[in-house]
Amino acid sequence: MYSSDTIAAIATAVGEGGIGIVRISGQEAINIADQVFDSIKDKKLADVDTYTAHYGHIVDSEGQVIDEVITLVMREPKTYTTEDIVEINCHGGTVVLRKILDLVLDQGARLAEPGEFTKRSFLNGRIDLAQAEAVADLIQSKTEASMQVALDQLEGGLSNEVNSIKQDLISLLAHLEATIDFPEDEIEDFEPEELESRLNSVYQKIEELLATSERGKILKEGIEAAIVGRPNVGKSSLLNALVREKRAIVTDIPGTTRDIIEEVINIDGIPVKIIDTAGIRNAENQIEKIGVEKSEKYLAKAELILLVVDLNAGITAEDKQLMKDAQDKEVVVIANKLDLDHQLELEKVKEILPEAPIVKTAAIANQGINDLEDAISELVYSGKVSAQEEIIISSLRHKKALQRAKENIDDVKTTFERGLANDFLTIDLRAALEAINEITGDAVGEDIIDQIFADFCLGK
Amino acid sequence: MKKYDVVVIGAGHAGCEAALASARMGCRTLLLTLNLDHVALMPCNPSIGGPAKGHIVREIDALGGEMGKNIDQSYVNIMMLNTSKGPAVHALRAQADKFTYQSTMTRTLEAESNLDLKQDVVTDLLVEDQEVKGVKTITGMSYQSSKVVLTTGTSLNGKVIIGDVKYTGGRQGEFAATHLADSLREAGVELEQFQTATPPRVDQQTVDFSGMRIHPGAEEKLQFSFFADRAEREQKPCYVTHTNENTKEVIETHIEDSPLSTGIVEGEGPRYCPSIDRKIMRFPDKTSHQVFVEPEGMETNELYLNGLTTSMPEEIQVKIIQSVPGLEEAEIMRPGYAVQYEAIPTYQLHPTMENKKVTGLYTAGQINGTSGYEEAAAQGLMAGINAVLAIQEKDPLILKRSDAYIGVLIDDLVNENPEEPYRMLTSRAEYRLLLRQDNADLRLSRIGYDLGLLSDVEYQQVQEKDRLITETLEYLDNTRITPTKEVRATLKELESGGLKKPVSLATILARPELDYNDLNKLVDDLPEVDDTTAEQVEIQTKYRGYIEKQMKQVEKFRKMEQKKLPEDIDYLSLETVRTEAREKLDRIRPVSLGQASRIPGVSPADISALMIYLETYRQEEESE
Repeated sequence: MYSSDTIAAIATAVGEGGIGIVRISGQEAINIADQVFDSIKDKKLADVDTYTAHYGHIVDSEGQVIDEVITLVMREPKTYTTEDIVEINCHGGTVVLRKILDLVLDQGARLAEPGEFTKRSFLNGRIDLAQAEAVADLIQSKTEASMQVALDQLEGGLSNEVNSIKQDLISLLAHLEATIDFPEDEIEDFEPEELESRLNSVYQKIEELLATSERGKILKEGIEAAIVGRPNVGKSSLLNALVREKRAIVTDIPGTTRDIIEEVINIDGIPVKIIDTAGIRNAENQIEKIGVEKSEKYLAKAELILLVVDLNAGITAEDKQLMKDAQDKEVVVIANKLDLDHQLELEKVKEILPEAPIVKTAAIANQGINDLEDAISELVYSGKVSAQEEIIISSLRHKKALQRAKENIDDVKTTFERGLANDFLTIDLRAALEAINEITGDAVGEDIIDQIFADFCLGK
Repeated sequence: MKKYDVVVIGAGHAGCEAALASARMGCRTLLLTLNLDHVALMPCNPSIGGPAKGHIVREIDALGGEMGKNIDQSYVNIMMLNTSKGPAVHALRAQADKFTYQSTMTRTLEAESNLDLKQDVVTDLLVEDQEVKGVKTITGMSYQSSKVVLTTGTSLNGKVIIGDVKYTGGRQGEFAATHLADSLREAGVELEQFQTATPPRVDQQTVDFSGMRIHPGAEEKLQFSFFADRAEREQKPCYVTHTNENTKEVIETHIEDSPLSTGIVEGEGPRYCPSIDRKIMRFPDKTSHQVFVEPEGMETNELYLNGLTTSMPEEIQVKIIQSVPGLEEAEIMRPGYAVQYEAIPTYQLHPTMENKKVTGLYTAGQINGTSGYEEAAAQGLMAGINAVLAIQEKDPLILKRSDAYIGVLIDDLVNENPEEPYRMLTSRAEYRLLLRQDNADLRLSRIGYDLGLLSDVEYQQVQEKDRLITETLEYLDNTRITPTKEVRATLKELESGGLKKPVSLATILARPELDYNDLNKLVDDLPEVDDTTAEQVEIQTKYRGYIEKQMKQVEKFRKMEQKKLPEDIDYLSLETVRTEAREKLDRIRPVSLGQASRIPGVSPADISALMIYLETYRQEEESE
């Protein structure tokens, strides 16, 4: 449980953009900001109105000006966290931002934990669970497609979809319940066909939303792709070619032990973390010693295998072993150094990996890299969709809730097929509604009863 | 000053149950009423039961209350509703002879040795240091008592409204309790305005029934009580007619005279008993509304026009009524009217029905913002029982939502402070399949017996039934049927499907087309059981999967109920909980996390925050 202390953090991505923001939230936010901020108009932030901006400087304890800034003052309760918030907009740059944050921390603020602003917002009832999780995703998302999913959820995209399912369930329940609670009120019972089609419709909506969940996971977390292959087949040049083509979007992560080379690249909006197993090198000895043995380990872990073969050298026993090991995985076979026609060798690949797409590249010459990206993208998206327009379930909790709702509707359909009375239909319909409500964090309250009175003219 | 253990104010449906329970549990009890001729009066529809309400009556009966026994001796029309919608929602409903209902209840009260029945107007509640000491009446009499059960119905500051006429009265032709409302306010009890209304009554000699649909009542013998076997009564039919375009036109023409427009009625009215004015304005596309024409008794000519509730001026009521087929010549005997009254917002109550601010003060019925005779009776019974248990320094009786509709009712009341008069609906009960009207005795009679409200004979009857059900179910599970030629032929004869491998008799009975007695054709030693036992066995066999599903849900519910909240939590200081939720929690002070989660305005996020707080609290307790 968090206490009511005041927290602060750098709110913008490190090392990017022209403006950086230090955000302070909590009871002491305004006082703390006043200690480090020197207004041009000589105003104290404690005296200003909510949602106002103030120009001035950040000054350290020795009177030294650190940066020229604009501070934004937002007073509780109508703020993101529902607490007092001050945002210091400065000129960016890691050094300046860190310095300002240090000053703020010196004045009594505590460094916020990752996602703590959102957590406060959630705990203070400002946003619901679905929104809170979307914000957490937003913080973590690394590419535009992920960003779009996170934004949609935040703006209620997911909530809209889920609410539509919820409304279907409530309306079905209201009708069934009305016939039960008001038996003498001339409410037409469902025609079996209508009931069946409405059940099928809500079932389908849940299924469609669920179908996006696999992709949601991929978009949020990215996929791991391991480049494997015998020594000297061109793995490193392939990685270099991929990174050259696409901006590497995660750079230095301090504290990470970097004994392998991994880069995250953006392929059609999917964050793909490429692990170059060739990167596991002997530091003293620059000669690649990587053997099949070590590659196998990564092969087991990665979601996608980029298997590089050198057709100039022919398919060796080692290649065959790697291919066999990769049989259960999604694989793209990269036929590198393909400057001669070696169809016979490719047949050997197809014997072992009949489903895997084969991409011909000449990595050093940057040839075939786009084909490779298309192949990766196609494997992930199954070539069907464009991520930006859809609502995607990206949380395990949401997925589980939807799965339960789906099972419940399945049970309702069974009950319906068995020809049992209305009361039995309501049991699993209610359970489905409860599962759906877990996503938005609503409680099943008077919803059904309110709907009964909205839909039907009842009472004598 | 005369001393009683328990004083009950009001002899309506709540008051009668409270007084009887108290007296039967051995307490010296006084029942005070404004009018001794109006004991157990049915001022609105003289009807008992229906979905959820019928369930409540059976629960009252299983706990040793009087309502079921009383209606069994006074109905003029009885039927089982909802028979096609599943056993859990079968609902018994009866039309009472309102005079017989009253006189039967009056006789029962008079026969109770521990009970004094008096006519008087209570003006003051005597309270010292927030504890009840007794009551004072308009004649200057005082009665000393540490427990007072208030069941004032619509009398508390009641006002009757017909058209633009508004006068003080608890009901048409009756006193209002005005002083008492002031006395409650002085004791720190908050009050709010509610309203309800009733339709006009007409003379049956002026009604033409020839074009109306007739509801004769059930042919088979039906009764509410599980216990006393009553003789079948002569029945009188109900009739159904419909409003039409003319009705709509009359109302639209005179809508400015409706309390809807004039605003003369204050407070919230119930959505489930809308006036005909409201129905026509809210659903303008619906040109025809049902009107049930129902007898008020065997001997009286008064008919209740169920569906034509209105408090328009009487001359317009005449026009509305006479626009309806069959009622063209109908003469009003009593006009419809609205009544506005004061009720106690129920967050002020403990689940025992005792007031949180005034120890020893219990309230039940319409004063708690509910509607319905059955809801009132249930609360009265619980208030009476808990007042006595408090005197006896025993644990209170609090029924859970998984135990009874009565549990759902009281839990709803203490958690949510209804914005309109509260009516019980089966859809409010989440474990409806378990809370059936047919098994109320099996669920609750143990409690009634332990309290001393059910006799040995009554309880033995339930135990015997329980034993028979268990044995029969065991027999069905343990008896195998093999697919011999004869068996297959018998099944075919019963229009049931084939049989491929040996199964238990229970599996056979689970087939929807078969009933218990059909099994006689398959086995020779089928236990012979009465109809109610056969019904229980059928339900528990045919719907086993669904019943088990609900039992699992109940387990989950119980877990949350078992997470008790310490009484001394300072909710207002819980900064992780939203302000609205903090205030609600502070006001209601739920006993468990489960209860907290049912308070509207307390979100799942607040519950998580509360859980985190509880964990820290527990760790602090441990370290101390």
